[in-house]
Formats: sequence, C-alpha cells, structure tokens
Amino acid sequence: MEHRLPAPPLIDAGTLDLEQALQLLQQAGALLPDERPLSASWLQAVLDALCDLSSKDALTGLVNRRSFEMCLAREVDRVARSGEAALLLMLDIDHFKAVNDTYGHGAGDQVIRAVAGAVAQTVRPMDIVARVGGEEFAIILPNCATHVGLAVAERVRERVSDLNIEIGPGQMLNVSISLGGAFAPQWVRSSPLLWTERADRQLYRAKAEGRNRACLEPQIDSLVSAEEKGMLFASLNLDTQQDLP
Amino acid sequence: MSMTPDPAASRPARAGARTLAVTSGKGGVGKTFVTANLAAALAARGEKVLVLDADLGLANLDVVLNLHPKLTLHDVFTEKATLEQAILPAPGGFSVLLAGSGMVEYSRLTPEVRDKLLHIIDLVKPRFDWVLLDTGAGISDVVLFAVSLATDVLVVATPEPTSLTDAYATIKVLATQQDRRHVGLVVNQANRTGEGKLICGQLQQVLQRFVGPTPGQPFRLELFGEIKSDQSVRQAVLKRQLMLEHYPGCDAAQSIKALASKLLG
Repeated sequence: MEHRLPAPPLIDAGTLDLEQALQLLQQAGALLPDERPLSASWLQAVLDALCDLSSKDALTGLVNRRSFEMCLAREVDRVARSGEAALLLMLDIDHFKAVNDTYGHGAGDQVIRAVAGAVAQTVRPMDIVARVGGEEFAIILPNCATHVGLAVAERVRERVSDLNIEIGPGQMLNVSISLGGAFAPQWVRSSPLLWTERADRQLYRAKAEGRNRACLEPQIDSLVSAEEKGMLFASLNLDTQQDLP
Repeated sequence: MSMTPDPAASRPARAGARTLAVTSGKGGVGKTFVTANLAAALAARGEKVLVLDADLGLANLDVVLNLHPKLTLHDVFTEKATLEQAILPAPGGFSVLLAGSGMVEYSRLTPEVRDKLLHIIDLVKPRFDWVLLDTGAGISDVVLFAVSLATDVLVVATPEPTSLTDAYATIKVLATQQDRRHVGLVVNQANRTGEGKLICGQLQQVLQRFVGPTPGQPFRLELFGEIKSDQSVRQAVLKRQLMLEHYPGCDAAQSIKALASKLLG
C-alpha cells in the first residue's frame, strides 16, 4: 500500500518580502533571473544567487572566507576520523601593493582574477580554493599524500609565475606567489585555527626567504632545527656531576 | 558529514578516571618503568589504577612487570575475550591491560583500530580513578593518537642530548598540533640534584622562542619529577621487579612517590 505524506502547505509567493534580497543581489552585481517574477524557477534562481552571494567571492567566483572556514572545520573532523593526510596551503601574491600603486586597482583586480583562475585550474576538482583576503588565497587538499605536498605547491607556484596577465590593451604583467603549507594532524581532532596558524607560519617563512617559493612545515622527523638544538644545549653543561643550587 | 556520532567528539567532562599519557619521544628512557612504578605509587595511596599498554606495535609492559598474560588487548579487539577477562592484576596493586605481541598488525592506525581504542577507553574510564596510557617511543601517528586520548601528558626524558631533543620535538608537536597548553616533564636518570629544574627551564625557554605563545594562552611545561640515577633501579629493571615493591626505600622510589603526590594535588 502506498503511503503518502501530507503535502506541505504551499507558500503564497505573493506574501514573500523579497525586496531586501533583490536589493542585495543587485548591489553585488548579480544578474537577476529572466524568468517570470515569483514563478518557481525564478524563486529558485533567486535562492541560488543568494547562496552564491553568501559562499562565493564576487571578484573571483572562488569560495569566500566564511565558506572556507566551514570547509576547513569539516576537513579537520574528517581527518581525525579517517587518518587521511590532508594539506592546507596558504598563498599570497608577492608585492601586490606595488601592482595596485603602479597600475591602479582595476589592474589589481585583473591580477587577482587571473591568479585565482590559474590556481583553481592547477589543483584537483575535489580541492577547495578560496579567496580569504585581498590578495590571499587558501587551498584545502583532502587526501593528499605527504610526499607529494611540496610538488603540488610548486606546481601551483609555477603555473602562476608562467601567467601573462593582460591588465590593459597590450599591457602584460607577470606576478609571483609565495606559499606556505601544513598537513593536518592525522587521527587527532585539532582545530581549524591551529592548522591555519601552522600553514601561515610557513607562508611567512616563504616570504622571509625571498618570496616566489613554497615552504611546507617540516615532517616530524626533522622537526627540530639546528637553531633550536643550539639553544636547547646552550647552557646545560650536561657533562658535570655537580649538584645544582 | 557523517550521521553516526563520533566518540571522539568533544563531550562534557564526566565522572571517571583521570587519563594520563606517558610518552617520551626517544625510546629506552624509562617510560614504562616510570608508568608502572607511578601506578604502584598511586595504588598505594588508595587509588584504583589501570595501566593500558598503548604501545600497540611493540608493547613491553609485560616484560617490565614479568607478566605472562594469556589474554590481551588483542583478544579484546578480536572479541576472543571480554574486557573483564583481559584486565589483569599486576604486582603493585594496580591493573593492567596489556597489548600483547599479537598487536603488530595494529601498529598502524586504521579507522577501525581508532574506534576500538576509543571504545575501550570509554569502557574503562568509569571503573577506575586513573587510566595511565603507556605509549610507544617516537612521534608516530599511533603515539600522537594515544596521547590525544589522555587529558594530561607526562613526557619522560633523560639528560642525554638525544633524549632532550626528542622530548622537545614531542612537546612541540603536542603544543602546535594538539593544542596542549600544559605538559608535565619527568627527568629520569638525573645525574645531580636540580638537573630536572635546569632542563625544564631550558626546554621552556626554547619552546617559548620557537613554538610561540598563542595570545592569552601561554604554553607551560611543568616539572613533575626528577628521578636520580639509582643502582636500585638498575637492579629492579634487570630482575624484572617493580622497584617500588622491592626497593621501597631507595631515592628513586621516593621520587616516584613524590610524583604521585604531585598528581594527586
């Protein structure tokens, strides 16, 4: 016997107050759907446009910061459960301020769009590329083996440095990016904040080491640098037997 | 998102055992020795203590305690024994759950092993005052996972440079990846009085410099004990006896008792 759930009450579309939503979409430059206003397909298109507005970056079409943070939290949970290796890359366009100052903000936007496109095309469809700040991007790479992490980051860097970006008629520009990356601790529930901090620390290192490069957090077996060892033993005098005060 | 609730998901604090992981980075620094004797010292204070051999791949708590278990964690995992059958009395008045040699297949974590261990910890917690996790050496994913199961961590180190380096690396990983703000340090085989304090201070300085404090959440390494080199320890280890039972008056035994008192607050 067929059981049917009672039909949900229909919403009278005429009573919906969509003015604010439409205004929001208009301000964001989103194209309003062509369908007959208040038809089902028109409403669906408005909803889709609102979803895009809340989860995507308007300039590049990439995932925005808010959405990125949700994806990152979900990945932390997944890695804790599955033990898979997952890589977070933070990247930043080198000397971007100079681009804006020299060629204007329009050119700056062109550069951001071009870099975003190149990055998104270089990684796998399952990876999440987000614009998290002005000229800052982040990539979440689930199920990324630790031994290929640096190669992936390098490939992204090369692809961007190969770009010829047209910022005006016949005016081409080349930019470079710096990348920092860290793998999520496997099996262990960490926090999205810690993971971001670790990747950011490597991004600072890439900047400090001269930009246009990728730095990944060292693997655990080479975690202690010579500098740290030096400081660790600086004043220990472990070879004496004399009691201490 | 998965629909089944994850047992490791953050849950409210509950009554039951305090969980303490004992780890070291480097092997052979006395991790199992400290764990076993600390368990006996806590038991002597009236606490109900379970030591869980979390060194799944290369367990040796049975060797230290001279136990010949018929049933182990492995049998619980494969459902050949119940948890009750596998929890054994150890000399010193505490209980042990030994990994056993059949655990080699579990030396790599799988989602299955992870869930089984979480489940077992959940089962034993309400029955004891303390669950001590004796982890393996190194900073492998298995060790880091075992440590993550515990509320508190003790890192055992000796004044050997290699041991200190590995202890430092372990603490660094715990601070940066597991968001631990507090780790206890036990300096074993100290050559002189005060060496523990010196080493702890030095480690703390390097950590502050290189791990970097998260604003508002300073990292604290606290010296929990200093166990001086002691001939009685050597004797007990070689004879596979519990030091606290056979040499209760020696300096090392006093240090272990002090460590238990500190834990009991």
